[in-house]
Amino acid sequence: MRYLTSGRFLLPLLLLASLSGCSGIEPWVKPYERDKLADPIMALDSDAVSTAYMQHVYEAREGARGGEGAAGGGCGCN
Amino acid sequence: MNPRRLSILTLLLAASSHALAGVLPEDRADVLYHLYDGGGVSIDGPSILVRKKVGKSLSVVGNYYVDMVSSASIDVITTASPYKEERKQWSLGVDYLRGNTTMRVNYASSVESDYDASTVSFSVSQDMFGDLTTLTLGYALGDDVVGRSDDLSFERPLDKQTYSLGLTQILTKNLISTLNFETATDEGLLNNPYRSVRYRDEGSALGYSYEPELYPNTRTSNAVGLRARYFLPYRAAIEGEYRYFIDTWDIEGHTAALTYIHPWRDFTFTGKFRYHNQTGAHFYRDIFSRSEATNFRGRDKELSPLTSYTFKLKASYQFLNDDGNDWGFIKKASVTASIDMLQVDYDDFSDLTAAAPLGSEPLYQLDADIFQVFFSFWY
Repeated sequence: MRYLTSGRFLLPLLLLASLSGCSGIEPWVKPYERDKLADPIMALDSDAVSTAYMQHVYEAREGARGGEGAAGGGCGCN
Repeated sequence: MNPRRLSILTLLLAASSHALAGVLPEDRADVLYHLYDGGGVSIDGPSILVRKKVGKSLSVVGNYYVDMVSSASIDVITTASPYKEERKQWSLGVDYLRGNTTMRVNYASSVESDYDASTVSFSVSQDMFGDLTTLTLGYALGDDVVGRSDDLSFERPLDKQTYSLGLTQILTKNLISTLNFETATDEGLLNNPYRSVRYRDEGSALGYSYEPELYPNTRTSNAVGLRARYFLPYRAAIEGEYRYFIDTWDIEGHTAALTYIHPWRDFTFTGKFRYHNQTGAHFYRDIFSRSEATNFRGRDKELSPLTSYTFKLKASYQFLNDDGNDWGFIKKASVTASIDMLQVDYDDFSDLTAAAPLGSEPLYQLDADIFQVFFSFWY
């Protein structure tokens, strides 16, 4: 807990941020090794129209919202 | 120009200065029919989503969505009359790709007889570390107007702002994950203008009476969600997800889900189990001790302590493949059907339709089935 409050945890984050600026990190999964990740079954949001609808249903039926990556509108909550 | 909008625009322009390769979403159209049936409520309608590239740097997306509501929910039958209404929503968005940066602008408008909403949203995504990492920053501004169908002069504003940060990370050759933070603030009329709370009233034959809800005018919520999907040793995938939610109304929620995806020939089958548990809002009571007992009061079952379970089954069949078919410009097509079986157990919301004496009413439980059928076309 003292680690969190001392601010020392910021150092790794600052290092990460600085590395992103100069692209110094070598990709550890090469482009030719991503065939499985490119398979349609690995798409995190393969059916956006269906995902948005289910998020709307859950936001109408539960008190929680967000943290899942898309946004809706209106009420339709009766 | 509003300073807040100006700052977002500045953020978008600053993020566009990087210049490497990126990818726009693929051209695709979906035509979906949805049906929600449960708890005395039936909601169905279409949703049509069309996305098309324009040149090499732009992708335009449009959505038209309709909810046709027929409601005799427990809220409605205990304090009001069953009703029917329709909600129509459309949205238009543009993705602009510049190097490794994608900027998105989206506008959505929703209209129903007693609620109008419009939302404009911006986001910027940046691919980093050889495209292993994608960072997305987003902002949405909603401008809603709450009305009453029985009082056309009733209009109350509701302003919504959402800030989001997403990080998608390829971890190994078989594992991808995403982490999302979202902060949302609402200000305006947040309660349902029709809904009532009940309070103890010895002068009433039932032992209780009703009075209108009264919510705080502001609400701020924070959510953090983590998802990870893994490619199994055979051709199938498994996904785990978790979300933690907390807000200034003292609702704290935990949501977890496990998904399994299994392709077979031209079919893809998906099974999913989702669990959600939440505490209730600090001003929620199933019954108040007296009239105007607290500064704020609500009896919305969605703000009560509850646990929900959803079991999903989904099957998709790709009936047109990209192998020189004679469908003209359409390269690929599929049809998908799914059912979500939702059960919600309320810990502190009595079922008043049971007509039991005050204090011995059973707790309410909701069972709903959610059906979706949609056709998808890639071109």
